[in-house]
Amino acid sequence: MTRISVNVDGTTYEDDVEPRLLLAHYLRDRLGLTGTPIGCDTSNCGACTVDLDGASVKSCSVLAVQADGRAVTTIQGLAKDGEWTPLQRAFHEQHALQCGYCTPGMIMAARDLLRENPHPDPDEIRQALEGNLCRCTGYQNIVRAVLAASGQQAPGAAPAPGPEVGEEVSA
Amino acid sequence: MTGQAVEREVGRPRLRKEDARLITGQTNWTDNIQVAGLTHLAILRSPMAHARLTRVDVSPALRRPGVLAAFSGADLAEGLGSLPCAWPVTEDIVLPDHPPIAVDEVRYAGDPVALVVARDRYAAADALEAIEVDYDPLPPVLDLETALAPDAPLVHADKGTNRCYTWPLVTGETFEAVRDRAEVILKRRYHQQRLIPNAMEPRSVVVTPLAASGEYTVYSATQIPHILRIMLSMVTGVPEHKLRVIAPDVGGGFGSKLQVYGEEALTLAVARKLGRPVKWTESRSEGALATHHGRGMIQDVEIAATGEGRLLGLKVDLLADMGAYLMLVTPGIPILGAFMYPAIYKMDAYAFHCTGVFTTRTPTDAYRGAGRPEATFAIERIMDELAAELGLDPIELRRRNWIRHEEFPYTGIAGLTYDSGDYEAATDKALALFGYDDLRAEQRERNRRGDRVRLGIGVSTYTEMCGLAPSRVLRDLRYAAGGWEAASIRMLPTGKVEVVTGTSPHGQGHETCWSQIAADVLGVPFEDVEVLHGDTKAAPQGMDTYGSRSLAVGGEAVHRAARTVVEKARKVAAHLLEASEQDLEFSGGVFSVKGSPEARRTIQEIAFETFTNHDLPDGIEPTINAEHVVDPENFSYPHGTHLCAVEVDTETGRTRIRSYVCVDDVGRAVNPMIVEGQVHGGLAQGIAQALYEEAVYDDEGNLVTGTLADYLVPSAADLPDFVTDRTETPATSNALGVKGVGEAGTIASTPAVVNAVVDALRPLGVHDVRMPCTPERVWRAVKEASA
Repeated sequence: MTRISVNVDGTTYEDDVEPRLLLAHYLRDRLGLTGTPIGCDTSNCGACTVDLDGASVKSCSVLAVQADGRAVTTIQGLAKDGEWTPLQRAFHEQHALQCGYCTPGMIMAARDLLRENPHPDPDEIRQALEGNLCRCTGYQNIVRAVLAASGQQAPGAAPAPGPEVGEEVSA
Repeated sequence: MTGQAVEREVGRPRLRKEDARLITGQTNWTDNIQVAGLTHLAILRSPMAHARLTRVDVSPALRRPGVLAAFSGADLAEGLGSLPCAWPVTEDIVLPDHPPIAVDEVRYAGDPVALVVARDRYAAADALEAIEVDYDPLPPVLDLETALAPDAPLVHADKGTNRCYTWPLVTGETFEAVRDRAEVILKRRYHQQRLIPNAMEPRSVVVTPLAASGEYTVYSATQIPHILRIMLSMVTGVPEHKLRVIAPDVGGGFGSKLQVYGEEALTLAVARKLGRPVKWTESRSEGALATHHGRGMIQDVEIAATGEGRLLGLKVDLLADMGAYLMLVTPGIPILGAFMYPAIYKMDAYAFHCTGVFTTRTPTDAYRGAGRPEATFAIERIMDELAAELGLDPIELRRRNWIRHEEFPYTGIAGLTYDSGDYEAATDKALALFGYDDLRAEQRERNRRGDRVRLGIGVSTYTEMCGLAPSRVLRDLRYAAGGWEAASIRMLPTGKVEVVTGTSPHGQGHETCWSQIAADVLGVPFEDVEVLHGDTKAAPQGMDTYGSRSLAVGGEAVHRAARTVVEKARKVAAHLLEASEQDLEFSGGVFSVKGSPEARRTIQEIAFETFTNHDLPDGIEPTINAEHVVDPENFSYPHGTHLCAVEVDTETGRTRIRSYVCVDDVGRAVNPMIVEGQVHGGLAQGIAQALYEEAVYDDEGNLVTGTLADYLVPSAADLPDFVTDRTETPATSNALGVKGVGEAGTIASTPAVVNAVVDALRPLGVHDVRMPCTPERVWRAVKEASA
């Protein structure tokens, strides 16, 4: 067992862990922070993406001991006082999720992208999210959501269908 | 009637109620569940496709730290029945025994052979390595044609054959008769590769026992909590009323969670034996072996037509890979397709035969579209081939044969009555959005120039049958249950509304759409409606979610139950307002007396007054709650026109989708935003079959694409933007006028893409490219054509 001290979403945790314990399992099984799901075992799907000291990582590919002394931000640490971040709002408003299993990782990866490139074009968004798989949406609305969160209008996209709009889609 | 209220919610792109928990990480996936004393189940699986088990010794695992128990198949055989097949499609179908864990023989790589239960998942996985198993290899059975030879090795030796069934559908004139008068006959063989559904949430099961009373709660990442409850009771012998099944938040299904899995029965069996809560969660690569696959067919298709391109007949001979065992609806999947090969076309003869074949591979079953994508692919591919043969534009060939809008309702050659549709309108709209004529002109010019990168245009004018299903049709198809769906509406005293549905969503947005439907009929705010689902205690009656049935059947049940609430409330309102029922008007949630509009009660007030009332007249039940079970009178038949333009590099074989346009007609859209999302996702999966995905087995029967590193689920970088639009021809078989949309995009898109790839290469002499159309396959097709 190895003693680690990790700050997760603003709280510092100290635990004895097996050196082989994955960060994803530490978050889920030890801390009960189940907002970060696991979707594969080859680091292809990106569902478990979290932020580690300012960079997005797939938490299934990081050992808990590697997070010792560092700060982790998960999907559960984004909203402050119930206020969603622009990305969370945009995913909702652009219908960028269906089953929602990939959504935490998708949002965390998109957050990383926007930090490095605040105004990506659609191709840059698609390339940047290549490591995050979604089986439901066909990605188009995810691209729209990232554009919207960066203050851009998606080319050819319908305006955000907000409940207060209530417009008809052409039949 | 509800008058203007109906306009208010249905048809509006409401943002989803489901999203808040999903975008903040507060979702309740099955694997999130933690309870006191939870133990973890791990499963040792056969590394061989076919072998006799000569020894399974679990005792070394018991000595590993943290291990509570370990079991072989023999240890669990008593008290565990065969996993169910609910669709024995013929009277003489071969139904092999299907133990949840192998006892003496394994029949596919991944077949369970031993179990470990330990304190945590790491300890359980470690202990699996200690189990000792001796396998005596048997020959694998992998080829659908040679498997039927008299001397072929057998998957189930006791059955004496690998033929599971042969199912015919022969209608109209004989195919031979129309072939004699045909001027053009084309015969093609198409391969439907096996696909791995890959819902993003791996399967997971948690069973919590209350040992003292023999009660069990089963949480499962399933599409079918209600069916699962019945079947688990039958398999394990736990009485149905002692089983509660909960489908918490479920992360996608696409058919793969329309199943009664061995792991569900095993987790329950182990929890029962130990009296401890048990969790099993598959890893992605375990799921590639253990979660059922889709497709897996060889299609021999023959089409006969006149010289002008009028279709005379269609003949389809299908070999369908069942895999090693029959699962819940395995044999019925190709039969769902049988009715769809004639598609939107008129013809005089149709002859379909399907033979199901056992192989030593993971069982197949429903995957998004389930039989209809395969059928649509075959007919839409051969229509493009026929157009090329006749020198006709593929759109023109379709126009000459499709059912015209004024001919609905139309009973086609396969016996289905299509209630409504307008193929002309959808096609005209799609052609305009696509810029069809301009693209054809560009294609001609580039072909003339002999460009290295060719432009191809693919067409798919599909329809499909969904909204499963009228019970009398299911009877004729020998399905073991009906196709109804249930809903109830509970008017809470404060005026809030609980809609209880038997559908079980896993991404579709039922909470939002059912709220819209109920809000309209009842005239209550959308926000005042809560939808309960996926728990056999909260929503006790249901047939669950698959086959694009939820809206057309389950949504219709919500609609009808809500109307009954209004009629019950009318009686109470008449009493409260001292008026006769006939003198009451109901609009926007308000009952008022004709001629004296100040005399009014909202339906939410009536809910409260029904709860508190002491003096309702005799004969008026003191509740306005209602329930309704709908048995649909027909399938629903969405249709549409999909057009795909691809750029194919003839030297590298790489295909790039340049534009994709689809115009779908799914009847009335309850929530157009959700409809568009369903279409997008459907397109992605259909395109994935055309270009990317394939479950590949080696000659020994090992799955060699068993991880997401080997099996190409497309990412955002692999897919284009889609242009989607709709026409709206209401269904006439339900009051909402709705058709299904969950599978349409997948059904339509695969042939559109492959038709485009072949269209690009046809000037080079290419007439087919086998799916997935990878760069290597395209490159080889070009080389072979030029050789």
